[in-house]
Amino acid sequence: MNANSFDTSKVTPLGAPVRRKEDRRFITGKGRYTDDLSRPGQAHAYFLRSPYAHAVIRGIDTSAAAKMPGVVAILTGQDLADDGIRGLICGWMIHSKDGSPMKAGHHAALAKDKVRYVGDHVAVVIGETLNAAKDAAAAIDVDYEVLPAAADLGAARAPGAAQIHDEAPGNTVFEWELGDKAATEAAFARAAHVTKIDLVNNRLAPNPMEPRAAIGEYDAGDETYTLWTTSQNPHVARLVLSAFVGLAPENKLRVIAPDVGGGFGSKIFIYAEETVCAWASKRVGRPVKWTCDRSEAFLCDAHGRDHITHGELAMDGQGKIIGFRVKTVANMGAYLSTFASCVPTYLYATLLSGQYDIPAIYCEVDAVYTNTAPVDAYRGAGRPEATFLVERIVEKAAREIRQDSAAFRRRNFITSFPHQTPVILSYDIGGYAASLDKALELADYAGFPARKAEAARRGKLRGIGLSNYIEACGIAPSAAVGSLGAGVGLWESAEVRVNPTGNVEVLTGSHSHGQGHETTFAQLVSARLGIPIDQVTIVHGDTDKVQFGMGTYGSRSGAVGMSAISKALDKVEAKAKKIAAHILEASEGDIEFKDGHFTVSGTDRSLAFAAVALNAYVAHKFPTSEIEPGLKEGAFYDPVNFTFPAGCHICELEVDPETGTTEIIKWVAVDDFGSIINPMIVEGQVHGGIAQGVGQALLEGVRYDADGQLVTGSFMDYTMPRAGDLPSFVVGMTETRCPSNPLGMKGCGEAGAIAAPPAVINALTDALGTEDIPMPATPATLWKIAQGQTARRAAE
Amino acid sequence: MYAFDYQRPAGLDEALAALRAGEDVKLLAGGQTLLPTLKQRLAQPSVLVDLAAIPELSRIEHSQYFLTIGAMTRHADVAASSVVAEAIPAVADLAGLIGDPAVRNRGTIGGSIANNDPTADYPAACLALGATIITNARRIAADDFFTGLFETALAEDEVILAVEFPVGARAAYRKFRNPASRYAMAGVFVAERSGEVRVAVTGAGQGGVFRWSDAETALAADFSPAAVDALALDPSDVMADLHGSAEYRAQLVKVMAKRAVAAIVG
Repeated sequence: MNANSFDTSKVTPLGAPVRRKEDRRFITGKGRYTDDLSRPGQAHAYFLRSPYAHAVIRGIDTSAAAKMPGVVAILTGQDLADDGIRGLICGWMIHSKDGSPMKAGHHAALAKDKVRYVGDHVAVVIGETLNAAKDAAAAIDVDYEVLPAAADLGAARAPGAAQIHDEAPGNTVFEWELGDKAATEAAFARAAHVTKIDLVNNRLAPNPMEPRAAIGEYDAGDETYTLWTTSQNPHVARLVLSAFVGLAPENKLRVIAPDVGGGFGSKIFIYAEETVCAWASKRVGRPVKWTCDRSEAFLCDAHGRDHITHGELAMDGQGKIIGFRVKTVANMGAYLSTFASCVPTYLYATLLSGQYDIPAIYCEVDAVYTNTAPVDAYRGAGRPEATFLVERIVEKAAREIRQDSAAFRRRNFITSFPHQTPVILSYDIGGYAASLDKALELADYAGFPARKAEAARRGKLRGIGLSNYIEACGIAPSAAVGSLGAGVGLWESAEVRVNPTGNVEVLTGSHSHGQGHETTFAQLVSARLGIPIDQVTIVHGDTDKVQFGMGTYGSRSGAVGMSAISKALDKVEAKAKKIAAHILEASEGDIEFKDGHFTVSGTDRSLAFAAVALNAYVAHKFPTSEIEPGLKEGAFYDPVNFTFPAGCHICELEVDPETGTTEIIKWVAVDDFGSIINPMIVEGQVHGGIAQGVGQALLEGVRYDADGQLVTGSFMDYTMPRAGDLPSFVVGMTETRCPSNPLGMKGCGEAGAIAAPPAVINALTDALGTEDIPMPATPATLWKIAQGQTARRAAE
Repeated sequence: MYAFDYQRPAGLDEALAALRAGEDVKLLAGGQTLLPTLKQRLAQPSVLVDLAAIPELSRIEHSQYFLTIGAMTRHADVAASSVVAEAIPAVADLAGLIGDPAVRNRGTIGGSIANNDPTADYPAACLALGATIITNARRIAADDFFTGLFETALAEDEVILAVEFPVGARAAYRKFRNPASRYAMAGVFVAERSGEVRVAVTGAGQGGVFRWSDAETALAADFSPAAVDALALDPSDVMADLHGSAEYRAQLVKVMAKRAVAAIVG
């Protein structure tokens, strides 16, 4: 082949809105998801789930069910225990104020003695067909002794509450603190004004489009397991299943996460179902497949949020914030999910400084078991809870001291960097006033009073709400997270394999489940090596292909995953330069690499990248005693700091007081994500994030009744955001390049979900003239509040 | 889903024979309620008799006095029909507000009224317009057809053939959707003909679709939004659930009624 024949018009520069390479596959139905796969001889798993929130299992009689047609096996928690399969884990250790480690109750993949939430796994039926498995499951006789349930935080903490785990007296998992209590008390002692707020951060069901699924297959010949599963981090799944659950040695377990249709955090975790499918495949000697249905997903995918918080903000006489104290109670559900403990602690309280210079902060978090589905990371994970609190209390404070909300924020912004907050994090860079200014301009903030008056003439209540969010992404230096209790390091790996013809395969430990890595990662390589984007293939999601990786969550794949690729590309370039120098008969120091060509500086002697690649493999023209043949380099990248995406979102809306309906009139999002590889994909992330944030604010809320029955168990009752609920977004950007990674990126995947809820609620509280508006602010809720406000005004 | 036999007769006689041939035989119209019910194993029919291949059940006809819509006519076809738009535009509007495009492309008028879901839309149109439900056995006035939650006057072996709407009324339908399911939380169909007013309410009544007689009386005296504004629906007759209290639904009924009247008087 002609090494110079690449079409250079298909070289994709950084910052270009390149169309997503993967979309042709997805929108023509050629994606390959776990449920699309079938293995020869596979059987189907159906999980018998607890109908009770809290009950002792006195016995499980499977004798009648086992005789039903099409039943391959019925397995229980006793079978798991007999095979030495250990419990599911929570991989982040939190210590209470008194120094004691968190009190994690045992979490069996199949409950043996007790069930702790509706949907808890009692037995698995493996059938020739799913229908046969379901029929048999209905014939299993479980003898339950139903116990009182503690279905919410109030019930779980009440005196005499049902005791969910013996290991956790009073259902308390930990009582944690962060910050300087004495300094914060001192600040409050000299405060001119204190603003107080009580908030509930509502529980959410993640609902990715593709439900979870798994196929376990045991090969008795070489004694290996293969697990296809809907995972955001297949290597972490393999590590946990090997090292902690005890399924198989790591080298005897292959985990493949093929195309995955969304995760939002819920597919980070290692759940009972995939554990059981893998384990059972050896037991029954056949591949075992399970696909979650939507009803099961509502019951047992890890939920998000669910905090009750009291916050107090202290200000001096000039409206400068001088102290912030917070008390949060976090609902962990019935078991500690894989990363549950870090969400309401190190991903939450560390962000309580927001964009503001707050000299003293003290936060207490009590984590509590309840008889509900486990709660873990969901898009934003802790940071939406922090931003909701900070931006609600800042807004309320500005209103109380009668300052303009924007001016109050500006007065308190952090303006010099790096900035050490009182809650661990050191912000490397930001430009908060720039984002605010741009957002105010795009929103025509100055013109709002006239628009409010015009709306009032139409009988509508119009409000505007700001949200100046910050998040910590790209988690983080491994040693730092280790010191905070993480059980793993949070670096990323990459391997760049250049083929002899000059095209490239990139093996990455990041995992794409909607983020567009096949495009952005390839775009980086294309721009860097000067080769067309279609000459770059991204390989991910298979532990037999990629050596190791930490996966995709926490908006980390740009800042960490792509930095690893960039580091590997550095090594590829360095080696290629050496080879080019030999071929061009020049000294290595004189070789320049630009636009896909190695050139002897100051001459027209030049070699295309592909020509050098070919020479690397042919290995005729350089001494292989000095330079190894081939062109393949790997890198592990460990960040030097978190990254700190930040920005300003402004929501303008109208409420119809007759029906309580909210219409979002305009949404301005100005985000600082550092440098950007593909602005189209970034905008898509912002859109999706806002949609989920608006969902939390106006529509979504998981509800259990007092007995722990899930009331919102389907889309008939759980309101997902729809296109019609949202306006067309006005997306603007400001940029401060991140100094903490080679590409200057900060991450964009969660920003919208973090920024949006307080923007909506600040706008609603502005519209309705009361600070007390819960999420989700449904039409029924807002109508009632509007009625109350009308009555109050009439009385005044 | 439990196993069942499936039949797809080409004619009505064959369908009736199939319906009478066994126990637990169910008719399948658009399947928008029945199929999800089966998937969740909440029903276990022995046979499904699919009515989709019977040509005379899918028709839209406009005569001097009536708009007649065949039982198997899809919501999307009613919504897009120029015949319906000319005869009774409010019926086309209503059909276009049902569910989502996928539901409208499969769901049928016959299936909707036979199921008589208390939050379905068509029952309100039937009741307010004084429609007649034509079955293989008889003609049933809408006032006699909807007998309770998911209950109708249909006999076990009776098949709806068509719905006959009298034309000539001024009419409008306004609906407040349940935010999650998009079924009606309050749907109000108002029809006025020569001073006679009929107001039918769906989505809110504890016993399913009902006529709001206070509103009919008030509007007969003064056909204006203000006439509705002065009324209050007794919340004790109104459904309450996760999505809204009885008081809220009663309010929504009033607002939707008012907006329907406003749409008629322009």
